Amino acid sequence: MDRQRVRDRENQCIQEQPPTCTAACPIHVDARGMIECIRKQDFSAAFAIYNRFVPFPRIISRICDHPCEAECLRHDLGGAIRINALERACVDYSTKKAACATFSTKKSTRIAVVGSGLSGLTAAYDLITKGYRVVLFEAGAQLAGHLRELGEELLPQQLIDEDLATLESLPVEVRLHTRVGGYAHTGLSLSAVIEEFDAVYLGVGTADAACFEQELKLQDDGKRIVIEPLTFATSHPKVFAGGSHRYGATRFSPITSIHDGRYAVLSIERFLQKASLSANRDQQGPFKTKLFTNTKGIEPAATVPMAKPPQGYSQEEAIGEAERCIHCECLECVKVCEYLAHYKSYPKRYIRELYNNYCIVLGVHPSNRLMNSCALCGLCTTVCPEKLSMGGFCLETRQAMVEKGKMPPSVHAFALRDLAFSTGEQFTMARHQPGHQSSRYIFFPGCQLSASSPGQVFDIYQHLQQSMAGGVGLMLGCCGAPAEWSGRKELFGETLAAVQKQWEELGSPQVITACSSCYRMFKDHAGAMPVESLWTVLDRVGLPPSAAPASSTLVAIHDACTTRHDDDIQESVRHLLGKLGVAVSELKDNRSLTTCCGYGGLMAFANPEVAGKVVQRRIHDGEADYLTYCAMCRDNFAAQGKRTFHLLDLICGGSNGDAARKGPGYSQRHENRARLKSRMLRDLWGENVVDQADPIQLIISPEVAEVMEKRMVLAEDIRKVIAHAEATGEKMEDTATGRLLASYRPVAVTYWVEYSVRETGFEIHNVYSHRMEVSSI
Amino acid sequence: MTEKEKAPGTPNLVCKKCQQELVMGKVTVSYLGAKFPIELLKCPSCGLIYVPESLATGKMEQVEQSLEDK
Repeated sequence: MDRQRVRDRENQCIQEQPPTCTAACPIHVDARGMIECIRKQDFSAAFAIYNRFVPFPRIISRICDHPCEAECLRHDLGGAIRINALERACVDYSTKKAACATFSTKKSTRIAVVGSGLSGLTAAYDLITKGYRVVLFEAGAQLAGHLRELGEELLPQQLIDEDLATLESLPVEVRLHTRVGGYAHTGLSLSAVIEEFDAVYLGVGTADAACFEQELKLQDDGKRIVIEPLTFATSHPKVFAGGSHRYGATRFSPITSIHDGRYAVLSIERFLQKASLSANRDQQGPFKTKLFTNTKGIEPAATVPMAKPPQGYSQEEAIGEAERCIHCECLECVKVCEYLAHYKSYPKRYIRELYNNYCIVLGVHPSNRLMNSCALCGLCTTVCPEKLSMGGFCLETRQAMVEKGKMPPSVHAFALRDLAFSTGEQFTMARHQPGHQSSRYIFFPGCQLSASSPGQVFDIYQHLQQSMAGGVGLMLGCCGAPAEWSGRKELFGETLAAVQKQWEELGSPQVITACSSCYRMFKDHAGAMPVESLWTVLDRVGLPPSAAPASSTLVAIHDACTTRHDDDIQESVRHLLGKLGVAVSELKDNRSLTTCCGYGGLMAFANPEVAGKVVQRRIHDGEADYLTYCAMCRDNFAAQGKRTFHLLDLICGGSNGDAARKGPGYSQRHENRARLKSRMLRDLWGENVVDQADPIQLIISPEVAEVMEKRMVLAEDIRKVIAHAEATGEKMEDTATGRLLASYRPVAVTYWVEYSVRETGFEIHNVYSHRMEVSSI
Repeated sequence: MTEKEKAPGTPNLVCKKCQQELVMGKVTVSYLGAKFPIELLKCPSCGLIYVPESLATGKMEQVEQSLEDK
């Protein structure tokens, strides 16, 4: 697996992109996280988050110009969240506000910070916490002089002092009454400072910078320093500058000042490390986030008013306002997919996890089940704003694991055995229509419909022969979907090649598939074969004259996931129902938004629990009887008690028209396929086929049949065990019950059967299996 | 090996071929290259081994799964 490709896929998932408020904030305060803590009534935790981004929380919470609020998605749904007021509430109600500033090992590097406005204070703070020695120069008598002029009502002096106490608790050297500038009467020239220090930050506010003309390039007005806006570099390599001096005299943006101080420090560090000043800074400052947040269905809610505006929000008011937060995030795919929801994360993390799982050389692969549980149904891609295919990635990792020989052998073993049966002698056949030497069409009913409803396959094939000119041949077999889904590329290629060979031998006719999965496999992987769905064909050529009037007047259509984007098929299914006189109610998630039935991607074999959740969720989407046009969908829904018709149930009628019937078990499915082939050959081609009577008659109670299904033990496995035991005498008897016990291992699985010999056959009491081999020492 | 060493609930099994009662004995179970010695009921004469259902669907299945994830 290509690393870069994996990374690209990871980056396609936007769930970890910041919400609009954070992206709009020059220093990217995690407002969402902070508000979430307030919602949980934990003001101290909220304060801790706020303080992690904002070095002077008391000051900023009072005077921030909060560009975040303009971008809030609540804006049109009752008004933007009052983020700044909530920040103030954090400060006011947090019980833990001890200065949390820490500083790392002291470096010998000395940095001068000139000016104690917000940008200078931030630069000093950030530099000290990173371990630099800082000297802070201030022309006035106290720090933060400008802030102190804002007035007691807006910003009480006490709050300024409290915030500065945090800074002063750190090892910073403050030189008050020290103006830095080239004029003789004020003492210290910038040149002298540049000389003495390793780097300099200038946060000189809106003051005239003409005094720096010797050292720095000034703008045309001769009053302002030329500052590179991304890196805060000046014309002197050691000098960086920012704050209101940079962004303008007309407006004071406290949060932009903080931003300038913070990112100037980044440049100073890069300068000292001789690294590129400008590299990787594209998400510095406010930017447009890629995060998508679905606001559909979110009810408008008005801003919580303040009872006493001068005092800000009360705790209750703040919590109420926090509850309005949408908590922006994407999770579009997770919301619609039980599989993605089951593992409690999202694709970006899953992709990383699966890649790490793949990379493990020695030791346990913890994410195999995650890899194998996806239905590969494509719904995630359909709903993803970035069209990320989580399913596609799961499939790629399965293929890579198979290639490495690290795919757990048992997960797909049963499904692949089923495939082997369906591509074997007992089921496959390819013939021209009886009495024809060539075929214009070929009907490919697929293995699962043939297993579920062999009679309907027989009937509809006859209808196709009667209503289509030019010969409709028949091909029984498997399209190879289980091989593809299990990551067995080679086996899939072989299976498909065998189908294509037969198809070519029949003269490369137009293929008509009854199964949506076959349709998909052929469309995507067998480009040479022209494929059409049985449903569009029937829509065109008409229904059999015997098409039964519907026994149910209203159905809800469950579209097949493998043809979620094939509008023509979906349209034809609806037409056909119209012709049958059946009323249709559409499920909310229909057509391209349909879900899997739990069979896709072989998910049910890898993770029956998740497959069960998928079915349970789907069958509760609608009240009416369901109508499917995929045999597996029908059987899976019916197995969980949802009345479901297959479209052929309504077209062909007969005993299979019962929407409540359970589908056949695994053993019966094999038998149905084999019998369908015999019946076709006997009844349509007039061949003398005799169904071989089973040499070993089994007596199986419904309870035992259920155990067989659960443990995936087939009647043919039981027969092998009994045949072996009876032929060799290798069996044991339980002296208490008189029952016999025997085992046999045809290939990779040892089957155990507990049985009694009866006059009419062998009565089966229990079956189980294991894959481990057991031998005497 | 005596009766007493059998776990409670272990059936009394007789090998049909040898007409001997199965007794606890050393066997090897192996999967995907890993081998474990354990004790199971087996025929003292022909070595026919009994794997109880609880073992096959319990511990054995767990070990199989964890070996498959290696």
